[in-house]
Amino acid sequence: MAFDDRSKLLRRYVIDAMRGGGRGHLGSSMSMVEILRVLYDSVLKFDPKNPQAADRDRFILSKGHGCLALYAILADRGFFPVSELESFCRPTSRLGGHPERGKVPGVEASTGALGHGVPIGVGIALAMRLQKNPSRVFVLTGDGEINEGSNWEALMAAAKHKLTNLTVMVDYNKLQSYGRTADVLDLEPLVDKFKSFGFVTHEVDGHDVAALETIMKKLPFAKNAPSAIICHTIKGKGFPFAEGNPEWHHKSGMTETDIQQMYDCLT
Amino acid sequence: MRKTALDCVHKLSKIDERVVFVGSDLGPGVLDKMKTEFPDRFFMEGVSEQYIVGMAAGLAMEGFIPYVNTIATFLTRRCYEQVAVDLCIHDLPVRLIANGGGGVYAPLGPTHLAIEDIAIMRALPNMAVVAPCDADEMNRLMMSTLEWPHPIYIRLGKGGDKVVSEEKNGFELGKSIKMRSGRDGLFITTGVMTQLALETADILKKDGVDVGVLHVHTIKPFDHTGVIAAIKDVRAVVTVEEHIVNGGLGSAVLESCSELQPELLPKISRIGIPDKFATEYGSQNSLLKHWGITSSTLVGAMMKKLGGA
Repeated sequence: MAFDDRSKLLRRYVIDAMRGGGRGHLGSSMSMVEILRVLYDSVLKFDPKNPQAADRDRFILSKGHGCLALYAILADRGFFPVSELESFCRPTSRLGGHPERGKVPGVEASTGALGHGVPIGVGIALAMRLQKNPSRVFVLTGDGEINEGSNWEALMAAAKHKLTNLTVMVDYNKLQSYGRTADVLDLEPLVDKFKSFGFVTHEVDGHDVAALETIMKKLPFAKNAPSAIICHTIKGKGFPFAEGNPEWHHKSGMTETDIQQMYDCLT
Repeated sequence: MRKTALDCVHKLSKIDERVVFVGSDLGPGVLDKMKTEFPDRFFMEGVSEQYIVGMAAGLAMEGFIPYVNTIATFLTRRCYEQVAVDLCIHDLPVRLIANGGGGVYAPLGPTHLAIEDIAIMRALPNMAVVAPCDADEMNRLMMSTLEWPHPIYIRLGKGGDKVVSEEKNGFELGKSIKMRSGRDGLFITTGVMTQLALETADILKKDGVDVGVLHVHTIKPFDHTGVIAAIKDVRAVVTVEEHIVNGGLGSAVLESCSELQPELLPKISRIGIPDKFATEYGSQNSLLKHWGITSSTLVGAMMKKLGGA
């Protein structure tokens, strides 16, 4: 599947930031570009001029190491200038190697340590219900991330509380830091796991913009249960040397040649 | 003390609709009155401390003040990363009410003995650490928690502890209370060790040794001014805590003096739990004896520092 201009532009923003910082989680970011794109273009309610507006939908990037893609879409949607992306990881930048609440407009929770987004998301979803606020809560986790037991504690609780305002999405790129999830800690049958934990669960091609739009428009999937979307993705999507290659989970000390090689993939 | 703390959560929930209660599979009947009156703000969750701390953070991000209650070891060791990241990095007004500080759960063994909770909670930026000495003080503390904008760790004693705190002394987070003045020496205490120190001061008084007691209910933020002023007034100081001797109240006192008045350091000795896990069961009192935290060891430590027999 060839990228359209928008998917290429957002990927360019990710590379702009990587060039500025000389490092970054390329693979983890590129697998979720389309998920974020559809969320921010077609699903979430937000106002970049008032990022704390009470009626906004809350999006938590639980896989905080994928923040390059989040920074790209937030900049693109006007939460902060695109030119700020190149400050990534510099000493006084707002844009660190993991996203921080209170620093980056539009970031709801400081993540990076894995397995924190779903519990926090459950708390926010409960708060929305208590305040009779119709805002929705979305949490995006990684696949390696859901090795952490805290996720499953929170998933059980979300079902207990029938949090219809909560959607948990998994960026299922099948690759974690060391290697294939199937080898490190197999998650299968993942859809059945989510279903058995009380989530109405659908699967989607996480790079197919139209399919993502279609499935997210159907939210919430049920009137008395939380929703989950397992997004099948490719780690490093769009960069043949990085796709499916755990060496590109995280890269540091990147040269201008590395960077140019990445831009070239988008022409 | 625990009953008072939980009753206060109910009281607070009546006066402030931001107050919510979160427990993890506590005993039957806990806070039934609050549950009946405010079912939406009463959460009894499963045995899942990592989740409940994250969930409390989410509630606090949206303006609520969650009071989270379970056994101290589970609220500290089990979910330390959630406390550090979700509560302290975000600097959220979540209150952790920790049952069974020190040797309270003696018969249940070392998995249930919160011996290092003060040290590890104190190490976290933004976290306040409080150990009231009795139910009356717990009441004053709890009623002062609504407006504190940061996380608070509240360490509970056994319950039924002798009431020694006084209304007239009030309660201010971060401000120590002189429970007894003494010309010769000073016990610096926290939690229910304040009672032990007061009893010991009575014993010493009979021998003509005049020793005061400074109750440091808040170990963090630490009352540098109050503690150092009190130490200056006497010749000998013994810190007493039902907590491992590394990293707790005694360490805080030494750190403070080391930074601000190092010449005071030779006056000070520390009494606390030795640096090892408990190997005995029994009762809180038998464990305290096993650990060497008794009136007679307090007398011995004080007399040694005073240079007496």
